Amino acid sequence: MTEVKVKSEILPDADPMATLLRVEDLRVEFHTRDGIAKAVNGASFSVDNGETLAIVGESGSGKSVTSQAIMGILESPPAKVAGGRVLFRNVDLLTLSKERARRVRGNHVAMVFQDALSALNPVWTVGFQLSELFRQHRGMSKKDAMKRSLELLDLVKIPAAAQRLREYPHQFSGGMRQRVMIAMALALDPDLLIADEPTTALDVTVQAQIMRLLKEIQLERNMGLILITHDLGVVADVADKISVMYAGRIVEQAPVLDTFATPAHPYTKALLKSIPRLDTKGQRLEIIKGLPPVLTDLPPGCNFAPRCAYAQEICTRELPLLATVAADRAAACHFSSEVIRDV
Amino acid sequence: MSDANLQVAAATAPKTQKQRGLWSDAFHDLRKRPTVIISSFVILVILLIAFFPGLFNFHDQNVKYCDLGLTRGAPSGQHWFGFDEFGCDYYAQAIYGAGPSIQLAVIVVTVTIIIGGFMGVLAGFYGGWVDAIFSRVVDVFNSIPFLLGAVMLLTMFRDVQVPLIGGRLQAIIPAAITLIIFGWTSTMRLIRASVIESRGLDYVQAARSLGASDMRIMFRHILPNAMAPVVSLIPLSIASMISVEATLSFIGLGVRAPEITWGMMISSGAPYFTSGFPRLLIVPSAFLIATVLSFVLLGDAIRDALDPKLR
Repeated sequence: MTEVKVKSEILPDADPMATLLRVEDLRVEFHTRDGIAKAVNGASFSVDNGETLAIVGESGSGKSVTSQAIMGILESPPAKVAGGRVLFRNVDLLTLSKERARRVRGNHVAMVFQDALSALNPVWTVGFQLSELFRQHRGMSKKDAMKRSLELLDLVKIPAAAQRLREYPHQFSGGMRQRVMIAMALALDPDLLIADEPTTALDVTVQAQIMRLLKEIQLERNMGLILITHDLGVVADVADKISVMYAGRIVEQAPVLDTFATPAHPYTKALLKSIPRLDTKGQRLEIIKGLPPVLTDLPPGCNFAPRCAYAQEICTRELPLLATVAADRAAACHFSSEVIRDV
Repeated sequence: MSDANLQVAAATAPKTQKQRGLWSDAFHDLRKRPTVIISSFVILVILLIAFFPGLFNFHDQNVKYCDLGLTRGAPSGQHWFGFDEFGCDYYAQAIYGAGPSIQLAVIVVTVTIIIGGFMGVLAGFYGGWVDAIFSRVVDVFNSIPFLLGAVMLLTMFRDVQVPLIGGRLQAIIPAAITLIIFGWTSTMRLIRASVIESRGLDYVQAARSLGASDMRIMFRHILPNAMAPVVSLIPLSIASMISVEATLSFIGLGVRAPEITWGMMISSGAPYFTSGFPRLLIVPSAFLIATVLSFVLLGDAIRDALDPKLR
């Protein structure tokens, strides 16, 4: 097996001046026994170097599927990319040959998983798993690869790194394990890092440390970062832009501060209200009533209408499209101008 | 942190930092159990007998030298188990009879694991039509009764000489091929099932997201994790291959003459059981039972150690 050891040979057509990642009208379907589940229905967004995009949504909104589609690691069957383009520096990753797409993963686009314990192979030491990457993708000798692995563990601030290289994933604490996961994702100097709920499995203090680490490394390397989460608290600290997903569609897209100050979609608004806050202590937390729609049987019109406080007759009939509501901001709601006004 | 705390931390650090993987943990668990110690010892002795029978030939008996005048002669200090019906030394026969069947079992198990493992990984990993084809082939093999199939094949080819090899291999190979043909399916199924189980796990996805090729994912990531059930199966399948070989030898179809096996000795000793020479049956049976039992006990213990849920 001949591996390309030089990174620039992987995507010769890439245009270094183009946007780092532009996803256009991405559609993903799951062919299940109950019919076709439309998990992603035309998602579009972009991330550039040094930028952080947060994709927010509840479980089943299609955010993880979107990230897997970008990575090209959807389990297919049952999943199938039904349409759209994933442009990495103007090269469509969805049309690459299997072999080329494989080399893009890790080298250009890498991913941090939610649960680092299950995402690290239990039978190999951490040092082995890290150095394997360098040996396979960069053709390094065993010794050099170990040296690079050690530097990486230092980079993600794991104490006693030399000793910990010889340990197995289960010997690490949750936070340390997530650091190892980040180190693995960073090993081949990717231009874009996708973090799929990187802190969900961790406790709050460790969450903050991990997010700070991710942010630091991103700034240092001028990397693009896509942060997938349902935790709006995390988003506020880290992200530049936010895309809110609901039932496989992006319903609002805006700079993060604008979203928090004046949400333009009723769903975003409801999400923000359901965060516990210090100044509402002792009061009942607002919740979003009802359940997200069944993806195999999406109703016509706005998918959020049954749960929406602003819903009118038109909402059950006509699907609102993502439209500009203010500078840099877009929302998919018939009444977004009202929503934005009424805080 | 105070100085006292630091000292405590320093004192306890080496203990908590002991490295323990799945395998070393299992080994640690195993070496304390008496059944494991005893059965490992028996297996070790049997393996030594099988591969270096000369070491145990204390009185320099010539296995091939038989004196019809000594037919079924009684045991003595020189001839611990006496003589068989052709006047051959029975102890030497028992010692030299270990080799062929154990070597056959080792060959059969190794080859079935390689073939079954490879097919199982491919079928489990790719699923779809690859899996459909492999699984149907397995179904066809499984629909043939094992003993009937083996007896039939060995009878069909009983006069065929395998070219280019001689000596003991020539005696072993026909039986080995037959047992492999009917043996690989269970390994394949086992590996396939555990590959399917690990295929969707996060670390496989993570490896894929870091650009690992299918081959790497299969053999570096999935297979080591899918090996545990197979490893515990190794002693058990060696045991079952030894007993199947004994069965085939009993009806004269296993390892070919002039090699001696315990199965052949049981076969020729059984008629004299009630006519005053029970040792002609008891000696080879005892060797066979001790061997099979040791492998079974060790296999069970390994399985328990690798998967504590089964205990």
